[in-house]
Amino acid sequence: MPPEIQIINTGVANIRSLQAAFDRIGAAWKLTEDASAIESASHVVLPGVGAFGAAADAIDQLQLRNAICARLNEPEKATLCICLGLQLLCNASEENSDRKGLGIIDATIERFSPNVPVPQLGWNAVVPHESCSEQKFEAGEAYFANSFRMGSPPAGWDYATTDYDGGFVSSVWRGKTLACQFHPELSGKWGQALLKGWYENA
Amino acid sequence: MLKSRIIPCLDVNDGRVVKGVKFQNLRDAGSPVELAAHYEAQGADELVVLDVSATRQARLAMLETVEDVRKQLSIPLTVGGGVGSIEDAGRLLTAGADKVSINSAAVRNPDLINEMADRFGAQCTVVAVDAKRDTAQENFWQVMTRSGTQGETLDAAWWAGEAQQRGAGEILLTSFDRDGTRSGYDLELMDAVVAACSLPVIASGGADSVQHMVEAFEHGAHAVLAASIFHDKNMTVADVKRDLAKLGVEVRT
Repeated sequence: MPPEIQIINTGVANIRSLQAAFDRIGAAWKLTEDASAIESASHVVLPGVGAFGAAADAIDQLQLRNAICARLNEPEKATLCICLGLQLLCNASEENSDRKGLGIIDATIERFSPNVPVPQLGWNAVVPHESCSEQKFEAGEAYFANSFRMGSPPAGWDYATTDYDGGFVSSVWRGKTLACQFHPELSGKWGQALLKGWYENA
Repeated sequence: MLKSRIIPCLDVNDGRVVKGVKFQNLRDAGSPVELAAHYEAQGADELVVLDVSATRQARLAMLETVEDVRKQLSIPLTVGGGVGSIEDAGRLLTAGADKVSINSAAVRNPDLINEMADRFGAQCTVVAVDAKRDTAQENFWQVMTRSGTQGETLDAAWWAGEAQQRGAGEILLTSFDRDGTRSGYDLELMDAVVAACSLPVIASGGADSVQHMVEAFEHGAHAVLAASIFHDKNMTVADVKRDLAKLGVEVRT
């Protein structure tokens, strides 16, 4: 039996596209709100569309904060965080400064400056940094839909960058944990290869 | 740097693509699922599906169409046409749309823009602005609703700015005057909207050549919507993107 992906059901994300993408690569998936499954399953996805505060609240209402943090503190467990999922790894966000993120990465998510159209909507290049100890994916073009960004690379993580508003961190990874600011499920063949790589190599 | 996007548009009635689509190597040129796959394979950056159904029965078929297209589409899907309420938008998103475009309903009830942005996020709230040039006033465009049958007392550029204030994430701007004329996008309209609103704008209506698309990008469009250039001229999305790249437009490869 191929492993089943547990998709954390925060209820605030539109995840039909993600489910369809997993179907296309032959990966079984299940929506879950179960803390023990989230802590122990082989594959877990923290999806995210919507506001930082609403997602943080949903995680707390479902009493999943401890389970998600415990899992993320074990990087060898396969965890994929998408879009807002990447932002939730941080301490906080300028989007809702009164809400706490998961605190796995010691950083605050910032709003793009008024110098660029916000949201960043469309395709942009994602380039793994030359310092990376492990290549999770090839450089490619990904679909973004975000108004907020991670400004500088976190210590202890490999990362990729994207050129918008002076540049930002568009993906971070360590062990089998991978977080993407872009939407791999909407990023054509390149995104599909990224999902497949995470699923099969984790 | 953000790439300039090429977005083919499918008009769908009762589960079938309408508007003389002439494609070779397709078993069934009227199938939205096949056409969507065809465009994605050619390098389309997104797909827009517009419901042009006239009957309630036909509109119900739209949800099934969206589900079927979603299953095999790995690029963003925007769905619009006849979206009247937040519930309509929610159903389309659940069926697999990534963005929902609203037009007449937003003019009737502008709070719908705020509600959609709050509930689903700016990134999936697209406001479609159909604009008709006012012949009596210079550089003034009137908002049209109900598929262009009703003129509103609204300045299109102002309305785009208002949509941004209310939380929209993108503007789909169609020139009512140029639509179907093949005379190029209305660039003055594009200038007026870009001056009033800093959201990404998708230009629509009038494109007949790659040069027309270049002009739209030069005037601030983030994306161009096109139907007949692909349907009637036997140009593929790949042809268009290759020619755009030659002319210095940054496109996704």
